[in-house]
Amino acid sequence: MSHLIVLIPIALGLGFLGLCAFIWSLKTGQFDDLDGAAQRILDDEEAP
Amino acid sequence: MTCCGASLPDLPATGTGDAAEIDDTINGGPRITAFMVPSMHCAGCIRKLETGLSGLSGVERARANLSTRQIEIIWRGNEDMPERIGKRISSLGFDNHIVEADTDQDDELRRKGRHLLLCLAVAGFASANIMLLSISVWSGAEAETARLFGLLSGLIAVPAIFFAGSPFFSSAITALSARQVNMDVPISLAVLLSLFMSLYEAMIGGGETFFDAGVMLLFFLLIGRTLDHLMREKAVSGVRSLARLIPRSVTRIDEDGALCRADLASVEPGMKLRLLPGDRFPVDARVIRGASAADRAVVTGEAGHVPVGPGDKFEAGVLNLKSAIDVEAVSDAQTSFLAEVMEMMKAAETSKGHYRRLADRMAAIYTPAVHILALATFIGWMVITADVKSSLVAAVAVLIITCPCALGLAVPVTHVVAANRLFQEGILMRDGSALERLAEADTIFFDKTGTLTDDELCLDEKPALDDSMAAVLHALAAKSRHPAAQAIAASYPEAEKAGLTGFVEHPGIGLEACWNGSRLRLGRLDWVAELDGLSFDPEAGSTAFGIEGGRGFSFHLTSDLKPDAASAVARLGAGGFQMAILSGDSESNVKHIAAETGIEQWHANLTPRQKVEKIRDAGSNRRVLMVGDGLNDAPSLAAAHVSLAPASAMDVSRASADFVFTRPSLLAVPFALNLSKAANRIVRQNFALALAYNCIAVPLAVAGHVTPLVAAIAMSASSIVVVSNSMRLAVAGGRASAVPKLSETAPTLTPMTPPPAGIAA
Repeated sequence: MSHLIVLIPIALGLGFLGLCAFIWSLKTGQFDDLDGAAQRILDDEEAP
Repeated sequence: MTCCGASLPDLPATGTGDAAEIDDTINGGPRITAFMVPSMHCAGCIRKLETGLSGLSGVERARANLSTRQIEIIWRGNEDMPERIGKRISSLGFDNHIVEADTDQDDELRRKGRHLLLCLAVAGFASANIMLLSISVWSGAEAETARLFGLLSGLIAVPAIFFAGSPFFSSAITALSARQVNMDVPISLAVLLSLFMSLYEAMIGGGETFFDAGVMLLFFLLIGRTLDHLMREKAVSGVRSLARLIPRSVTRIDEDGALCRADLASVEPGMKLRLLPGDRFPVDARVIRGASAADRAVVTGEAGHVPVGPGDKFEAGVLNLKSAIDVEAVSDAQTSFLAEVMEMMKAAETSKGHYRRLADRMAAIYTPAVHILALATFIGWMVITADVKSSLVAAVAVLIITCPCALGLAVPVTHVVAANRLFQEGILMRDGSALERLAEADTIFFDKTGTLTDDELCLDEKPALDDSMAAVLHALAAKSRHPAAQAIAASYPEAEKAGLTGFVEHPGIGLEACWNGSRLRLGRLDWVAELDGLSFDPEAGSTAFGIEGGRGFSFHLTSDLKPDAASAVARLGAGGFQMAILSGDSESNVKHIAAETGIEQWHANLTPRQKVEKIRDAGSNRRVLMVGDGLNDAPSLAAAHVSLAPASAMDVSRASADFVFTRPSLLAVPFALNLSKAANRIVRQNFALALAYNCIAVPLAVAGHVTPLVAAIAMSASSIVVVSNSMRLAVAGGRASAVPKLSETAPTLTPMTPPPAGIAA
């Protein structure tokens, strides 16, 4: 029983962290252009 | 009156730009304009566009979005910047169309979308964690652990349900306060009842809790609702952009001949007005002095020039092209042609709003049925057992089980998959209801110019001219902006030595000039034939070129059919659709195009009002799909049951159409129709599946056998079934056009041949 007291808050905390990460990424517009992000990685900034 | 037609300076045609627009633009803060660039498809395109546009003076930032195929540009400067940016994008090798500016309404819509996504995230988090706790309870945890987990679940569920359920609760409250019942009422009831019941159970530590069912219900429903919301493309009101065509102020000619600026609203019939080249008629008016040319595209959809002379009457919105004219108003601003068109569009848009979506129609039957069933279960259990708690549990189970998870997902998922499929083929969809309406269409009306045909004219046959004559003809034709002249100029090579003098353009008749002392004419056949020593075969064409005392040539100018127009029509004909052409063009032209495409019914010389009337007449017993692009089609696009417009269409028409296709091929029309029918089939299948699920699950719920475990499994299973069924649409429908897939046109990297081993070593 005692280990549950430790584990459950950890599990919930990790889940909550994930939720916060999602909300943050949503607010910073990271879901605005999913296809573009996939392509931009191919673009070499230093290319002539 | 101080002015008369003869003394008016013959100003050069200024084109479509409003030369007299004295509206000062505020060149203050940066502004944002978005362009649709359908052919953008890879990292190279993004880079090319962004760097190419950032180099343009006045552009602060350019950011391409590959998902929406749009590029957003932040700029400072004059009103003509968007036009210049558009030209730059074209010169970079991309087709582009300007996207209507954002409005408050769009902001509101976007905020709502964000909120839904947030609710979805919270519901997802909560349901995952509660499910984790529930599974251990179901697999037989000790009573003490079960109780702890129940309380924990409650702790997560209460804030999650109140936050994530807010879209449903507020909608249910709105419906109830209007004394109506919508789908959200049983949803809210089920979620809240199960929450309070489970809380009670968790507190006293007795029976089973339904926390997971409630939160999962919200999660599934929010998926459907979010998808549905994402579909709703900006529904820009077409009426607003049409109003932009009307100048806000006019130049009035007073009794004593003085010119003064006046407000449009002050114009009364009988008032005399001065129109400069580039001005649009502010009201319907009769010309009293001056000669010019006008573009009546607003009325007819044809970009041709018509002669303007005293006594001619023109509609509001017609563009004066060549020289200043004086007109006498015959209507005021409220009763003008353009005001009438706007009125028609408003009426059409409101009547379209009455269309009820399939899901809503289903909900109207479903919702009362669910309520009655739950109530009957409660009463039945009360009669049999006289135990309030177990009766309530059974009733809540009915509400949860019958909750339209599958229904709420079935339609939006299908529509999203269909919209993606259409997007791949270059067709943009306004909302899900448009797809449903498209599937119902059985009659198709086409506009001619710009829809079935290209806007530009071209020479059917090129008469053989010797080099010097060809050079002269080019030089003469190149002096005019008339589409026919431009088509002729484009067909003959440019040369240096053509020495033309005394050039005159007679609007609606032709061009005249002197060359080596003899008169040259290019224009209407009978007019050119007036020159000495010229005769033509009237069968050979309607436009002629001749030199006094020399030879004459005639041309046959046609506008080209769009690629695949005939095959698209043939395909639609095979599909059993009735088709007709509604055109504002002359009878002979329409007849010609009708014969070429194989459309049997056609109507020529139609005003926008007559087009709408034709659609209304047909609409009494048939569902009309209107395909059109011109300004004159805007009301008919709005009035038709469903409408399609090419991306090259006027923005008014684009805004009032339900679908916009961005590729030139007309095969988009049969493709969209087929896909809409496939989507409709799948939606109906999904309804059938959901119904079958209810047939099995509802008796269980009424009998009181639904435990939280059964509810969780049943809900997820039915949702998975309908979603996977919808996914089948992703491969349905075939290809819209012969255009190779984007990935196929993407430049392939040619691997560098490795140097011979000997050199490298």
